[in-house]
Amino acid sequence: MTLAQILLFAEGDADGVSGLTLELATKARTLADTVTAFAPAHGETMAAELGAHGVSTVYALEGLGDGLVGVHAAAALAGHIEATSPDAVFFGQTTDGRDTAARLAVLADRPVSTNNVGAEIVDGGLVTEEPIFGGTQNIFTAYRAPAPALAMFRPKSFEAEPSGGGAAAVESVAAVDPGEAGRATVTGRHAEERSGPQLDDAAVVVSGGRGLGQPEAYSMVDELAGLLGAASGASRAIVDAGWVPYAKQVGQTGKVVKPSVYIACGISGATQHLVGMKGSKNIVAINKDPEAPIFGVADLGIVGDVHKVMPALIEALKSR
Amino acid sequence: MKVVVCVKQIPDPAIPGELVPETGTLNRDDKLILDESDSYGVEMALQLAEAAGGGQVSLVSMAPRSETSGLRTALAMGADDAVLISDDALAGSDALGTAKVLGAAIAELEADLVLAGVESSDGYTGTVPEMIAGVMGLPSITFAKQIEIADGVASVQRQTEAGYDQVECALPAVVSVTAGVVEPRYPSFKGIMAAKKKPVDSKDLAALGIDAAAVGVAGARQETVEVTDAPEREAGEIITDEGDAHANIVEFLTELKVI
Repeated sequence: MTLAQILLFAEGDADGVSGLTLELATKARTLADTVTAFAPAHGETMAAELGAHGVSTVYALEGLGDGLVGVHAAAALAGHIEATSPDAVFFGQTTDGRDTAARLAVLADRPVSTNNVGAEIVDGGLVTEEPIFGGTQNIFTAYRAPAPALAMFRPKSFEAEPSGGGAAAVESVAAVDPGEAGRATVTGRHAEERSGPQLDDAAVVVSGGRGLGQPEAYSMVDELAGLLGAASGASRAIVDAGWVPYAKQVGQTGKVVKPSVYIACGISGATQHLVGMKGSKNIVAINKDPEAPIFGVADLGIVGDVHKVMPALIEALKSR
Repeated sequence: MKVVVCVKQIPDPAIPGELVPETGTLNRDDKLILDESDSYGVEMALQLAEAAGGGQVSLVSMAPRSETSGLRTALAMGADDAVLISDDALAGSDALGTAKVLGAAIAELEADLVLAGVESSDGYTGTVPEMIAGVMGLPSITFAKQIEIADGVASVQRQTEAGYDQVECALPAVVSVTAGVVEPRYPSFKGIMAAKKKPVDSKDLAALGIDAAAVGVAGARQETVEVTDAPEREAGEIITDEGDAHANIVEFLTELKVI
């Protein structure tokens, strides 16, 4: 049994649709006869790729300008869901996805199901799956408020696959003035420099944590990553401490990664971190505390000092 | 300047959590403590009030059994007073129910700025601050990693997937702050003693004029249908480094054809 229509909150930029949105499109088309998308920006640009993943129509918001996405997208979405009656609205668990879903929840007076990694249709209603207690248990929740069900999903919960469909139709959606709530404006956008393999899609990831001892030691992570063609990541502890930018954070509040090999250096394995990386195919951990939780998920665990093991490993790789 | 900080009192994260079987919600029967995520909001509020040359920092919390231990921690850091909403009908409230209650309580305080952590450490939906703004009809800036206030305008660096956006907003507004943006101060002995005498205004739902049906388990309108154990990863090989463990890593990576 499927739903009639699922509406996606579609995110992307001038370069294309975000991976997370394509993952949600792929899942949504197994749950509903029709998948549509609401794009707060770049709707026209994304139509071909969204169509190729099963989306029939992209509703493109006009005139967002320098306003914040959440409040403006929600104001327009409230009217849009009234007019088009989707059975569910799917959001990615992103900064703008969270803002928009939260604002819409207030406007439409319905709950938001958050942090999901799975979804199914049971007796005509949406049931979502959320990992709890650091991913040791999964809780399945049925949405009992009137349609549309609002649900948010974590990255990499589903695999994106093209459907072979043609470009989606594009229809404009007029902006709706959110009043005083919409008065915040974006006056500048700053992107972190992105070079080399990216955390999201790298086959190998090397991450560092507090066990590195000092910010300078993170250079060992970068060097090892360079030798392996890997992306470099970090635990929340050293991002909070300001050693590396947030863009490198792996975990609950950072990026979810599922590489072929994940190498954790000086990371104890707090729940916050494990949630973001334990889907990796193979895990190597180096930590001096034999009781560290990271060893509970490691395929190869080295109990030792990162300041001895990493330089030796780097030398060995260089001399090959 | 008047700053209101939302603080959540949560079960000690060091103790393994459990669910209430009937509702599938988190068991909050034991003592609750200040969520570390909210200590950043409290610290930010204190610093902004100091930078403004003085101001009032008020806390707002919703908790079962009139729990105040987490509030006392934040008062000991330097907050001036607190409002605590406690009511049996609130058990099992979801993010939206929580925001309706906090929004109604904050509306009575006439704040210039409302601060909150980005997400709690136990529920981590990351939606409550934006919902509070929605309930109150205020602008909101989420995921703030830096806040400056001048001439009634907040200038905020808002973290994004790509980097950060610079956002400007005339007050009043709701701002959620990321962990690590400031270094939360430790309460001094003097602060701890002073906190015991600071006013905590306790309210129930009726005092806020909120219908009990709009909050709690009934208001959440979601039903736990099943809880399952996630498959565990099989334990791997653990080696203690005797000076040559790097060779095991090289061998492992070679087997996987990474090198």
